[in-house]
Amino acid sequence: MSLKGKIAIAGLGITPQGKVYDYNHVGFAIEAVRLALDDAGLERTDLDGVLLNPGLSWADQGMGSFQLQQAMGLRNLRLSATMNAGGATACAMIQQAAEAIDAGICHTVACVFSDAPLKPPKPKTEGKTDGGGSAGAYAFARGLDAAYGQFGVNAMYAMVARRHMHLYGTTNDQLGAIAVAERRWANLNPQAQFFETPMSLDDYHCSRWVVEPFHLFDCCLVSNGGLAVIVTAAERARHLRQPPVYIWGLGQGHPGGDPAETLTSGAVLAKESAFTMAGITLSDVDVVELYDCYTFTVLVCLEDYGFCRKGEGGPFVADGKTAPGGSLPVNTGGGQLSSFYMWGMTPVSEGVIQMRNAGGRRQVPGAQIALVSGNGGILSTHSTLLLSNLPS
Amino acid sequence: MTYDKPIPAITPDMQPFFDAAKRHELVVQRCTQCGTHRFPAREICSTCLSRAAQWVPVSGEGKIFSYNVMHQVYHPGFADAVPYAVVVVKLKEGAKLTSNLVGVAPHDITIGMPVTVVFEDITDEVTLPKFAAAVPSVGS
Repeated sequence: MSLKGKIAIAGLGITPQGKVYDYNHVGFAIEAVRLALDDAGLERTDLDGVLLNPGLSWADQGMGSFQLQQAMGLRNLRLSATMNAGGATACAMIQQAAEAIDAGICHTVACVFSDAPLKPPKPKTEGKTDGGGSAGAYAFARGLDAAYGQFGVNAMYAMVARRHMHLYGTTNDQLGAIAVAERRWANLNPQAQFFETPMSLDDYHCSRWVVEPFHLFDCCLVSNGGLAVIVTAAERARHLRQPPVYIWGLGQGHPGGDPAETLTSGAVLAKESAFTMAGITLSDVDVVELYDCYTFTVLVCLEDYGFCRKGEGGPFVADGKTAPGGSLPVNTGGGQLSSFYMWGMTPVSEGVIQMRNAGGRRQVPGAQIALVSGNGGILSTHSTLLLSNLPS
Repeated sequence: MTYDKPIPAITPDMQPFFDAAKRHELVVQRCTQCGTHRFPAREICSTCLSRAAQWVPVSGEGKIFSYNVMHQVYHPGFADAVPYAVVVVKLKEGAKLTSNLVGVAPHDITIGMPVTVVFEDITDEVTLPKFAAAVPSVGS
């Protein structure tokens, strides 16, 4: 039996985001769950499930969901797991929660992400440029890679982007169009880290190279914060504080092998399950919230979902159609490039906000179906979530 | 002058690679069951799941599969090197190696460029295989 319309997102909690140092990773998680429960009109005692996607700060500690349970005094849970498929985890947690609720294993589940990789700025001593140390957090490298100077995820993704540029003629102007479009959305979102900072294509080109072909503004933010959603049965959600956001479709796709060879994400697999479950096609989608660790990831996923053909992502985005007022609203809160980086929970949260018609100045009028994606590794893992404000 | 970039640890699984590099030979693992070349070392072949493998010499010839140009300094040893390129070389035998291309400015690198292995002795124990642009052979 399909899950369509049977499960809903009933609560959303977003802590302050970015260079905020009020909590550690556990504190941000607790605060996000507290905000989400309050948003839904629920108490801690109403929760019987917790799923946690641990950010980098959780790395040295096992059993994160149990730690979170203990830290916030949750009792008698019937579902608990720490999940990690990289950026695909957020939608995968919601899938896990939805399936467990549908199976009668539990009834109300908090799906949580938190991280605190940024440290408070130290007094300047040696002219470092990354104030807060965001570079270090993602700069991991294994022995031989480090010997050759290959550090971090940016460098690995750059290799894949370079191949797309070589094979299809994709340009930095085209990647920049995605960055500018997301910034324009962020300028309409008071919760975005770049709310008050406009950006032109010139600004994009003038931003420093991190690793060619990526400018600074091709790369997502690094944020401290927490984000949680409350998943429950649609019937229960209808009696809670917020209008239910119904889950219409779910899917995952993990192609394996080397995506640098195919330049294709797991979206081509994940979308099949999700759209089949929802019984809709791409043209039914009103608003698109794609996982955007890089501008390039958005471009590839637009291709893989079928908005344009493989290799045509560059020309497709170049005219600004994904920006406010364009024909295809993409990453309407500013995305992870310009709002905040809560791994896959950023696109999930914006999908929920749009389906609640709560987007304020950035609301896409009359939007009824949102496509949300999660993408982890180097185009390695993928998840798809279709949301609607209609039960069916 | 002391070498100030990261020096890779010689782990037991990669010992044959470093031993060969010291002799200025490039070796990769080859599955003795299905013949797939792989790098870096793995216990089990991801193609056929066999554990049987040997380190075998390879031609050292390949093509640039992709490259990036690093501008951010993640390790002080690279402070004077930026911007520098990191390349992925696809060997004729199929395995891919992350490495550096010597003697070619970052912006002169192109995907598909033929390259050949060279060796850089960085310490008494460790030699790093790197690559240089292949000299076209007569008649090719």
